[in-house]
Amino acid sequence: MPRRADIESILVIGAGPIIIGQAAEFDYSGTQALKVLREDGYRVILVNSNPATIMTDPAFADATYVEPVTPEVVAAIIAKERPDALLPTLGGQTALNVTMALAADGVLEQYGVELIGAGLDAIAAAEDRGRFKEAMKRAGIATARSSYVHSVEEALVAAAGLGYPVMVRPSYILGGGGTGLAHDQDEALHIVAAGLHASPVGEVLVEESLVGWKEFELEVMRDAADNAVIVCAIENMDAMGVHTGDSITVAPVQTLSDREYQEMRDEAIACLREIGVATGGSNVQFAVDPGSGRRIIVEMNPRVSRSSALASKATGFPIAKIAAKLAVGYTLDEITNDITGETPASFEPALDYVVVKAPRFDFAKFFSVDPVLGTSMRSVGETMAIGRTFPEALQKALRSLETGRMGLNADPGEAPALALEDERLLQRLSRPSPDRVFLAAEALRRGFDAGHVAGETHYDPWFVDQLAQIVEIRAELEGGGADAATIRTAKRFGYSDAQLTYLLGEPVEGIRLDAGITTTFKTVDTCAAEFEAKTPYFYSTFEDEDEAPEPGDRTVVVLGSGPNRIGQGIEFDYCCVHAAFALADAGYEPVMINCNPETVSTDYDTSSRLYFEPLTVEDVLAVLMVEQPQAVIVQLGGQTPLALAHAIEQAGFPIAGTPPDAIDAAEDRERFSALCRRERIPQPRHGTATSIVEAMEVADTIGFPVLVRPSYVLGGRAMRIVYASDELEGYLADLYNATPGGEVDLGESPLLIDRFLESAIEVDVDAIFDGAELYVGGVMEHVEEAGVHSGDSACVVPPPTIGEQAIATIEDYTRRLAAGLGVRGLLNVQFAIREGAVFVIEVNPRASRTVPFISKATGVPLAKVATRVMMGERLADLRAAGFIPDHPVTTPYTSVKAAVLPWSRFPSEDTILGPEMRATGEVMGIGPELGIAFAKSLAASGRAIAEKGNLFLSLADRDKPLGIEIARVFIDLGFRIFATHGTAGHLARHGIATTGVDKVGEGPYDPVRLIEAGDIDLVINTPQGRRARGDGRLIRLAATRHRVPCITTAQGGRAVAGGLQAGPDTVTTVTSIQDHHAAAGIST
Amino acid sequence: MRPGILVTADGTVFRGRSVGAEGVAGGEVVFNTAMTGYQEIITDPSYAGQIVAMTAPHIGNYGTNAADDQADRPHAVGLVTRSMSRSHSSWRSRGGFAEFLAAHGIVVLTDVDTRRLTRHVRDHGAMPAAVGTDIDIADLAAMAAATPEIAGRDLVGAVTTAAAYRRQPDGDIRAEVVAYDFGIKRDIVTALTDRGIAVTVVPASTTAHDTISRSPDGVLLSNGPGDPEPLTGCVDAVRGLLGKVPIFGVCLGHQVLGLALGATTFKLPFGHHGGNHPVRRRADGGVEITSQNHGFAVDLRSGEGPTPSRPGTAPPDLDTPFGRVVATHLNLNDGTLEGLACADAGAFSVQYHPEAAPGPNDATRLFDRFVEVITRAA
Repeated sequence: MPRRADIESILVIGAGPIIIGQAAEFDYSGTQALKVLREDGYRVILVNSNPATIMTDPAFADATYVEPVTPEVVAAIIAKERPDALLPTLGGQTALNVTMALAADGVLEQYGVELIGAGLDAIAAAEDRGRFKEAMKRAGIATARSSYVHSVEEALVAAAGLGYPVMVRPSYILGGGGTGLAHDQDEALHIVAAGLHASPVGEVLVEESLVGWKEFELEVMRDAADNAVIVCAIENMDAMGVHTGDSITVAPVQTLSDREYQEMRDEAIACLREIGVATGGSNVQFAVDPGSGRRIIVEMNPRVSRSSALASKATGFPIAKIAAKLAVGYTLDEITNDITGETPASFEPALDYVVVKAPRFDFAKFFSVDPVLGTSMRSVGETMAIGRTFPEALQKALRSLETGRMGLNADPGEAPALALEDERLLQRLSRPSPDRVFLAAEALRRGFDAGHVAGETHYDPWFVDQLAQIVEIRAELEGGGADAATIRTAKRFGYSDAQLTYLLGEPVEGIRLDAGITTTFKTVDTCAAEFEAKTPYFYSTFEDEDEAPEPGDRTVVVLGSGPNRIGQGIEFDYCCVHAAFALADAGYEPVMINCNPETVSTDYDTSSRLYFEPLTVEDVLAVLMVEQPQAVIVQLGGQTPLALAHAIEQAGFPIAGTPPDAIDAAEDRERFSALCRRERIPQPRHGTATSIVEAMEVADTIGFPVLVRPSYVLGGRAMRIVYASDELEGYLADLYNATPGGEVDLGESPLLIDRFLESAIEVDVDAIFDGAELYVGGVMEHVEEAGVHSGDSACVVPPPTIGEQAIATIEDYTRRLAAGLGVRGLLNVQFAIREGAVFVIEVNPRASRTVPFISKATGVPLAKVATRVMMGERLADLRAAGFIPDHPVTTPYTSVKAAVLPWSRFPSEDTILGPEMRATGEVMGIGPELGIAFAKSLAASGRAIAEKGNLFLSLADRDKPLGIEIARVFIDLGFRIFATHGTAGHLARHGIATTGVDKVGEGPYDPVRLIEAGDIDLVINTPQGRRARGDGRLIRLAATRHRVPCITTAQGGRAVAGGLQAGPDTVTTVTSIQDHHAAAGIST
Repeated sequence: MRPGILVTADGTVFRGRSVGAEGVAGGEVVFNTAMTGYQEIITDPSYAGQIVAMTAPHIGNYGTNAADDQADRPHAVGLVTRSMSRSHSSWRSRGGFAEFLAAHGIVVLTDVDTRRLTRHVRDHGAMPAAVGTDIDIADLAAMAAATPEIAGRDLVGAVTTAAAYRRQPDGDIRAEVVAYDFGIKRDIVTALTDRGIAVTVVPASTTAHDTISRSPDGVLLSNGPGDPEPLTGCVDAVRGLLGKVPIFGVCLGHQVLGLALGATTFKLPFGHHGGNHPVRRRADGGVEITSQNHGFAVDLRSGEGPTPSRPGTAPPDLDTPFGRVVATHLNLNDGTLEGLACADAGAFSVQYHPEAAPGPNDATRLFDRFVEVITRAA
């Protein structure tokens, strides 16, 4: 069937901010879908609150609403735009939930909006555990054996019938609360009793445990003519019990015989038919008992997913793109496979390589949380690697993670594992954790039985044997086997030169190249070389034949940003993608190197050529040797490519734009201070200390409060604001204890101490310098004061409280810093303004996290402009060509960027903000005034605040003056205020009546109990010190548990008050970004 | 470590490691893109005279078991892999694949750049090759050069059953089928017995007269190795059966049926070997993902040469003395004929493998259709 002519406009719902479990993959999927829908001539309307996405670039839709992805707001967009159809399957769970709510509210019916892709019945049947089980029963597909019970007695009978352990799941509990595994009758008694109590209907499901079973995922595509194909089958190395997002996963499936695989394939397709997914992609998950082969269907998702993005990258089959085409009526056989250019999309990719996905964790940022993996996803990003074999792909995936590891052990990072005693090592094998695969390899190295390792880890014995083979090569190398044959074998098993150098004790690269062991490149072609590939998508390996392309003469390599992690997320991928687009526009051949399967940058459509490779010196140089680029862009992918800049330069490849030495100059405190002194740009007072005594002296000289951090950590880790000398002593003691070996050598990595500017306004500037002229992309004022990491702080443009003179000073300082450092391209400068004085905090001569936000806010594509400047063009020329406006952009609206924090995934973690970033994503709110923009950003980040109700207020002493202003606004809005003793007293002295509360655990007005009882609608609690203990912490944790919005800074509180003052209807008054830009006189 | 080498007839050398039997073997080298089902592939008699290169890197992972055998021994003469598994893991496994192959005297190479070999075959066509643990390249090259082309040879004689044998369903017998064994896979027989059909498997040399004397309700023409053209005896037998008994042809059986009806056959550049080929049913436009293993194809437009490489329109119907022959299925990758039917003669056939083994089960309904035809007739 050709495309449907009876619909003209289609609304696509995006996934909103990046959160754990819902990340950049939905930008990749959505961007693909928007492209094909527009190519097919549909009017496309998009809603997504995430400014860091490519899909929200104005050019990707006819009307782009950077508005909260909530039912109320999407209803307003529908009322305004009157789309014919709604495609709900591209925006993750968020889009499905909003769609279900719109249907329930009658909005879809009222406006005659047709759901395409997946209908309501299909979504409901897939989402509801009971309905899903029923549907699978009808289709003859086994689900886990289970029964619903209403008493402990019934539960024990059911459990005895199933056999322990059993999984207990209370009914109608949000977010899986109360779910637990009972290993015996005693545990079952306990968990069931609690579950029955917690369940609003007094019901729990007692289900057979699948923990330890093999886990598989199939990505299925189905079209309106009922043709179905499996795009990719993925096997999880981590067995059932570890969330798929936290598992090491492998494609294709490795340990199923054909008969078992085909039965699974048949069931996956039958599942889609029974659930009624009319068209598009779905993910179907199975568990298989390794002992008997009994197969259970676990769940299905009737939409694109993290796994479908992975499957697309793993196979070269673009699931979201095809799903969009199927949704508008095409059938699979009518769509051409891009990669072969000849064969149709109605086929199943054949892989002649192995793909491994490894999760990236950031547990170190959450002090209270044990790094143990379970059924709730905790990873913040992932890497994918392609190798000819599993060992090669695994080692590449592990070194792609940028956790300091160079592969599966055999590197300095293995020291902690080497130090473990045998008993402790073996104990840890049975506990899923981020480092378990390394410990398994270490156990094998020590000679522990592979069968034992398999039994403890639940890794399939085949995988364990693959690990053993990696380990055996190590033993050969250590045994003195540095001959060419052994080195070649090691390379073919994925060993990096860094690992070989570690094992052999001498640099190995020269020996290897002399022996003629060089990297070869192979093509990802969907068909195992059966047909010739048209789309150049490559991976490295060590084979006989090299399929690398001939170098071109206009090649520019863009280095991506690697796995998403807290502090380095999708914003940097956005910049890299823009660079690729800008390079192509300017007549270059962009070549992308990256290893993150979630992203748009690793879409083979984005660049002229794509190399799916780890971002290490060895892997990147191998590509550069083949591509012979005229320049390499390192300033757009965050810290990852910057760390490679020197090695690339030393290897003789030119770095585009700002030279590596200038990057060093900005990071080196001495050199940077010298520049500031020369330019007479004020910095906060600062010093370094190489001993504890010296630290105390420096702090005394500078004056408290001080910001302290050890110089060896990056990204704000272990950074602390310290208000007094005893607190500093405590911090230093903590630091000692937190360091492996209990020693901090301050001589090696001195302690950096800065005066902390209290109550200062923090400002971020993104600008481009071409050697002569500075273009200021935007001056952003932070909502939270200096001291809160800029990534966790909300920020506003244009700056609401900064005067013209300060802005002129900021621009002047920025220009002088850019010129003084020798910047060519982007730079980000952080300033603090205190009592009218402007201080420079730091300069990063690279793209910052705020580039996409400011580009959306002003309509000027900063990353594209910067790319052309890096390639030698002048801002004046780019202005003449219309890339940047000829006068400063002044917008008639205000834009707010708000951070989204992962507290719900780490319920034991205190929610106070500090100098260490912990946000996973961001949202943008745009409105005619600050309050409205802020209210929108809150709604978009899932913190919609009740218009009326009860406010719990508890303020640190320094925040009490601002507290009066906040309290007055809430009283005016009709809130009742509950306040702690000190806060209540202070407010009373200013004539504001509040209800005093008791201490936690004492008396009827126990704040935690008030929160638990649902009596509190908003918490504003600003802590005294960094690691506040006591009531404040308990109150914040209770708020997280019960999903009560909790604001932890006074400035945040004031902004919320302003948002509420703007009124309830303002959030649902929607404007497309195209209309916003037109109002500002910007053509986009 | 024992080195092993494969040399193709054009003198190209592929180096690896030997993990199977000692010795040398000559045959036509083909690649198979299936990602599972190595045991079914290596025991499929259609691979007689061929060296199979698997494009999926890891082979042998889940071991071997009796249920997956398609014949009582491997029929391919050699196997080439990127990584032959030294261990095996599956609740179904009864032994390692490399050991299984070694026990049956099959030469196996591993650690080979199989993608290079695949590209070589794709670009230059399936060609004779020699594989061996005797690593004198000149000797292997000479052996490769001396290995005859598959085209023009009767390979069926070596794999067909010496004597007829019968397989019965567990329950009631719904109908009787005579299956011509051109190299029949066990799962074809099982597909019929599972549907209540008693199957008498007969040698390929069985005449039409002998078959009719068994008064079957239907005749199945099985898969098998090599070129259909030299199988003149089989073609004659089928011609003698046309119109007298319903016929279902699979793979080589489809080609023999095509020749019997007056179509021609031709050699594909490198054949279809894998489990992911899309085939369109012309009756309803639906697409099946199919299991394929053949080096030759049927051309209904006799004398016009190979069908175009782009999937286009179906060939025109072919009028024959037995009635009109219609193209029922087409390959969406290269446009080749995947199925035909001659309604007047009660005969139909497909080029691919509805019994899968290995591969997708999308086409199993073809057995249902055959059973429906013969039980209606019965």
